[in-house]
Amino acid sequence: MVQLLSPEGEYGVPKEWAEYGKYIDRLTEADFLKFYRDMARMRRFDREAEALQRQGQLGLWVPAIGQEAAQIGSGYGVGHNDHIFPSYREHGVAITHGIDLMSILKMLRGVNHGGWDPVETRFHLYAIVLGSQVLHATGYAMGVKMDGKVGNGDLENDLAVISYFGDGATAEGDVSESFLFAAINNSPLVFFCQNNQWAISSSVASQTKVPLFQRGEGFGVPGIRIDGNDVLASYAATAKHMDDAREGAGPYMIEALTYRIGAHTTSDDPTKYRDSAEVEYWKARDPLIRFETFLRRQGIGQDFFDEVAEAGEKLSTEIREATFALPQPPTENMFKYVYSEPHPLIDEQLDWLKRYEAGFGEAGHA
Amino acid sequence: MSNFVELSIAKAINAGLRKAMQEDEKVILFGEDVAQLGGVFRVTEGIHAEFGDSRIFNSPIAESGIVGTAIGLAMRGYRPVAEIQFDGFIFPAFNQITTQLAKMQNRSEGFTPMPVVIRVPYGGGIGAVEHHSESPEAYFAHTAGLRVITPSNPNDAYWMIQQAIKSNDPVMFFEPKKRYWQKGPVNLDEPPMGPHQARVLQEGAQVTIATYGPMTAVALQAAEIAASEGTSIEVIDLRSLSPIDFDTIINSVKKTGRLIVASEASTFVSISSEIAARVAEKAFYHLEAPVLRVGGFDVPYPAAKLEEVFLPDADRILEAVDRVLSY
Ligand SMILES: Cc1ncc(C[n+]2csc(CCOP(=O)(O)OP(=O)(O)O)c2C)c(N)n1
Ligand SMILES: [Mg+2]
Repeated sequence: MVQLLSPEGEYGVPKEWAEYGKYIDRLTEADFLKFYRDMARMRRFDREAEALQRQGQLGLWVPAIGQEAAQIGSGYGVGHNDHIFPSYREHGVAITHGIDLMSILKMLRGVNHGGWDPVETRFHLYAIVLGSQVLHATGYAMGVKMDGKVGNGDLENDLAVISYFGDGATAEGDVSESFLFAAINNSPLVFFCQNNQWAISSSVASQTKVPLFQRGEGFGVPGIRIDGNDVLASYAATAKHMDDAREGAGPYMIEALTYRIGAHTTSDDPTKYRDSAEVEYWKARDPLIRFETFLRRQGIGQDFFDEVAEAGEKLSTEIREATFALPQPPTENMFKYVYSEPHPLIDEQLDWLKRYEAGFGEAGHA
Repeated sequence: MSNFVELSIAKAINAGLRKAMQEDEKVILFGEDVAQLGGVFRVTEGIHAEFGDSRIFNSPIAESGIVGTAIGLAMRGYRPVAEIQFDGFIFPAFNQITTQLAKMQNRSEGFTPMPVVIRVPYGGGIGAVEHHSESPEAYFAHTAGLRVITPSNPNDAYWMIQQAIKSNDPVMFFEPKKRYWQKGPVNLDEPPMGPHQARVLQEGAQVTIATYGPMTAVALQAAEIAASEGTSIEVIDLRSLSPIDFDTIINSVKKTGRLIVASEASTFVSISSEIAARVAEKAFYHLEAPVLRVGGFDVPYPAAKLEEVFLPDADRILEAVDRVLSY
């Protein structure tokens, strides 16, 4: 397992992982601070969103607490041209690519089904049907290669693709098919599996006999396991394998071993199926604390952490106010985007609905 | 002597499953999160504790695998009851259901019965994210070889799940998830009727509303409002979507002369369309007005904030009542 930062916050690069270490050598203190800031931002966002859900402001929340290192590290390993195909829990990856967090809250409030621009943001829509996005990422990567945007040594124009998915999703046929398509096409694609050890109530042990990072091997996709609670390992592994993919090395799988500290969603009750001792064990391995310890050892002072805490307060207030201010979506939205050209059936239904709603006050029944 | 208990639909299905498992050791349950957790809606809660790993287990998260292995288990003499976690996640299994499960008996000229039940929580109104509120029943009713049933109350839920398990044909068992916690009396001694019979829930003289599953309660509410305004409505709970009990519908139409079919599902190429066509064919001279369909719009199920606009309510049904009465 690739680990560059021990659970005690000690940095060290074993010889066998030297190629990953090089990526850390290139980072500046500013980069480290950015990583920490965004991990803290992600956690704060998560806690606030959960509170908003409890207050009825969101229909559902999907917490990612515990997965900050996996997501922020990996997100920053993805280049400025690359395309990202997330599942539904990648709020941290979204943060690293400047996605307006309100678009995520809008979706979970039930205002729309996503609605952000995946071309401009390079961050594709959240995928709820497990594994579906992995095939899309594979096809996208095939297209990138067909366009000749791989292996030119041109960092401005070459690109690679990354897909995020969970341990549970690896069971879906779509994921196995993705491995095969990506392998035979030598696609510029990184499969990033966040093994948070649970798929709702199914433990990872009940979902696979062979470590997940080996899942792609038989299809021709090599893989590696990293410590998903080590932000530096997650950054270095993603950056390296995205570079390799961009340069034409073909697909690769990264399994980030982490832990889902929270419930599956706000509708879930994990006390029904897992021990609190296990949760406590992982809480003690909190990725934020690990990185904070490292930063303090590097001489980062309290001022910085105070500043981060303050930014957290500000973020909370902002998203709170913005969520309360989200308007009810207009009825037309349901019809507006179904087809790209007018369609007589739904045009007729929208027309009927408008008349029905308009007449409802006076002419409507009861 | 009847032995009545008060149960919710979810608890009634749970009780029906246990009864079927006690009666026949070949009945096995599987699906995503059905064991220790009892399913995300707790429909199978406590069954693992009572029957253990050999009778109920969590499947890998692979719907095609769930249905495909159910087929193999049925070939081996088991009576699998597979749960699909939500309506919108049945589609990875669509191939196995439509090309294999539905056709195996026909392909083998009767040598391979398929006593498989697929339980599907369906329908909307729960404020969920995408893929958790759909009504895909028409796809399955359209597929020859499948039986499709849906209870709307606890007594039917208790009995229909057992009848489904006893069937040697594959049964798609659609559970109205929004109504899971709706309570009602369950007669533990006597099944109400066969699983493919429709039931007249309320007699009336002027308009028939045929409906099923989660919309049944809405139709009854509409009928009550109409009654207070002097309109007499007959409400039919279809219970079975394949086959459909056309006799009960046509007998009602002969009396009322007007028919509305209500569903959460969108109306284009739907259960409602089929009923409208059949009634036009078989009861044309009894009709005082065209058959109207009230259903969801022909758009993807919308985000939660718009679902109240999408789903027909009593007022939408009453608007149709006004229209059929004005012919
Ligand atoms: C095709 C499909 N089947 C079932 C579900 C229901 N479901 C949602 S999340 C989930 C568990 C996924 O676990 P994992 O892939 O490990 O991701 P995590 O939630 O842990 O991030 C399930 C079964 C779904 N969304 N899609
Ligand atoms: Mg997981």
